[in-house]
Amino acid sequence: MRKALEGSQAIAQAVALCRPQVIAAYPITPQTHIVENIAKLVADGKLHCEYVSVESEFSAASVVLGAALAGSRTYTASASQGILLMAEVLFNIAGSRVPIVMTCANRAVSAPLSIWNDQQDSMAVRDAGWIQLYCADNQEAVDTTIQAYRIAERTELPVMVCVDGFSLTHTLEPIDIPPQQQVDAFLPPYQFARTLDPRKPISMGTLVSPDHYPEARHSHHQALLNAADEIVAADADWAAISGRSSGGLLQVEGDPDAEIAILTLGSVHGTLADARELHPELGPVKLIRLRSFRPFPTAALLQACAGLTDLVVLERALSPGGGGIVGVEVKAALLGLPNPPRVHNFAVGLGGRDVPLDIYPRLLQTVRSQPPGPFALFDVDLGRLPAEDR
Amino acid sequence: MNANDQPTIPITDLRHRQPRFQGIESGHRACLGCGEALAARLVTEAAGPDVMIANATGCLEIFTTPWPESAWRLPWMHSLFENTGAIAAGMEAALKAQGKSTKVLAFGGDGGTFDIGFQSLSGMLERGHNVLYVCYDNEAYMNTGIQRSSSTPHAAITTTSPAGRERMGKRHLKKDILTIIASHHIPYAASASVAYPCDIRQKVRRAMEIEGPTFLLIHSPCPLGWGHDGALSIEVARLAVKTGLFPLIELERGELIGAMPLRDPRPVTEYLRLQQRFAHLFKDDPRARQELEHLQALAERNIEYYGLKGTQDDPRDSEGADTVRRGGQRWA
Repeated sequence: MRKALEGSQAIAQAVALCRPQVIAAYPITPQTHIVENIAKLVADGKLHCEYVSVESEFSAASVVLGAALAGSRTYTASASQGILLMAEVLFNIAGSRVPIVMTCANRAVSAPLSIWNDQQDSMAVRDAGWIQLYCADNQEAVDTTIQAYRIAERTELPVMVCVDGFSLTHTLEPIDIPPQQQVDAFLPPYQFARTLDPRKPISMGTLVSPDHYPEARHSHHQALLNAADEIVAADADWAAISGRSSGGLLQVEGDPDAEIAILTLGSVHGTLADARELHPELGPVKLIRLRSFRPFPTAALLQACAGLTDLVVLERALSPGGGGIVGVEVKAALLGLPNPPRVHNFAVGLGGRDVPLDIYPRLLQTVRSQPPGPFALFDVDLGRLPAEDR
Repeated sequence: MNANDQPTIPITDLRHRQPRFQGIESGHRACLGCGEALAARLVTEAAGPDVMIANATGCLEIFTTPWPESAWRLPWMHSLFENTGAIAAGMEAALKAQGKSTKVLAFGGDGGTFDIGFQSLSGMLERGHNVLYVCYDNEAYMNTGIQRSSSTPHAAITTTSPAGRERMGKRHLKKDILTIIASHHIPYAASASVAYPCDIRQKVRRAMEIEGPTFLLIHSPCPLGWGHDGALSIEVARLAVKTGLFPLIELERGELIGAMPLRDPRPVTEYLRLQQRFAHLFKDDPRARQELEHLQALAERNIEYYGLKGTQDDPRDSEGADTVRRGGQRWA
């Protein structure tokens, strides 16, 4: 049944449906509503679990790691500074190959201080070894959270469900919260194979010498690549139960014969999809939405980009002194095509700057009138900067 | 007793005299005379097999688990340096959610406890997790090569608190961690020393019986870091207690409930003289004399503050060196 729910409320309910046994979190805007809603579900007796109100994000990630190793299904959530504070633990969780699900309510990273949305936080930990799935809307946030547990538990990899702060977490949408039986059918009780147990003692997190380290890293890398199949399968199996697909590794919308495409991650997709419908006169355009950033879906991307002349990569983060993060990876992947499209790489909406509908015609005009330039912030007002910073 | 006078005992019989359960096997890579290895062995023996361990980064982690080897006969996890309190809290929450009674132990050195891991430890204590946290205190960052910690005693030399024309070793006082821990009003917090194995056992057993956060600080000499012969570890540890520099005390809910009495407190120089880290205090230098007086005053302050002067040795003072030589148990 569809209900009008705030994104955070819906995510909290989805988490509860997955029956986590231990939840640890530290509040941070814009993740707070998620953990507050979960705390209320626990207080009301609607969710039976150990809810550990920790003293920092560092401990939130550490508590769920300890709990997962002791054999429990776990959940945590954070954003921005919190993601960076737990960064060391995020690497440790992934390298330990422990299934943990967390929500990242995407937010800009200080300084300058901003509580608003972009994706600099999750991009900063893209090399931590987690699966990263980016949600376009709140229905997807619900469905992806449920799928994330199955993906994590089948791959023994942690999954970060990335949800744009405010534009999703604080927005009311009609959302279908699945019945408990559907989730139970999809997500049976789970036993972590390397659960710490006094009856069968094992040692975890040992010191690994150069004789063994590269092999451990390779198998972690390979596990992430292999996880692509699990992501697709989880989406297909959940679609068979719920009737809703979240797009697998990446989602393609629009005219399949279009020569221009715009690639995005997260909720900007919705803005562009609306704008595309409003502007049929601007010609055929394909919209590609990267749902899985880790693993990076190279094969699916090449398939989606075959026949394009121009690809706009629109991202909500940057690597200062380098340029686009997603753009660089997309360009590298496109070398696998015989006639790769020209790539126009822009960042938009940093620190919560509004991404309006008219960005669509402006982007298309840029693409059609100019050859690709170096990476740029599309919506920056250079006139407000001193000359040396322009 | 001379070694030659000892009765000959068949190997099989010796085995029987060993404790039934051993948490750490021999063959690990600790240095000769390592106080931490001995203390961890005594703690795990006393705690028994139904435990789960969260271990901070440090010597204990490194020397017990060079992959693919492990010295542990217990479920054991090392995550990071500064999150041991939180890892243990997570384990405990999970066991509670699953209705299991396995006790969670957390092990850290003074670096992981006094300094970098203090926040997560404080959080774990404040939230009342059922965890016994044991700090093996060897008074510096030994794993990275003897750098000062907030547990390093005043005037001790480490590689980051060297003595020179302008300095007499560490300028600051050893942090009074036990008082800080006890201020969380946890049910039980105590200090112990590897020189007193029976005392360690008794304190571990006491902590194991308590449902809630408990804390044990064990003074553990590091021959390499302190600069003494590995054979003298027990003697050095014993003198730290007997001088009053490392009082063995017990606190319940923040209140002092017991202290091991000192029948005959020794001057601190007896303790300091055995260790290279204090060698600069025995040079003909007025500053050295001043530091020695300062350390003696610190010891006397402990003796007075904790009321350590007693007429009898504590019954748990089992003349540690002999007890250890006998495999941790008195002869029948």
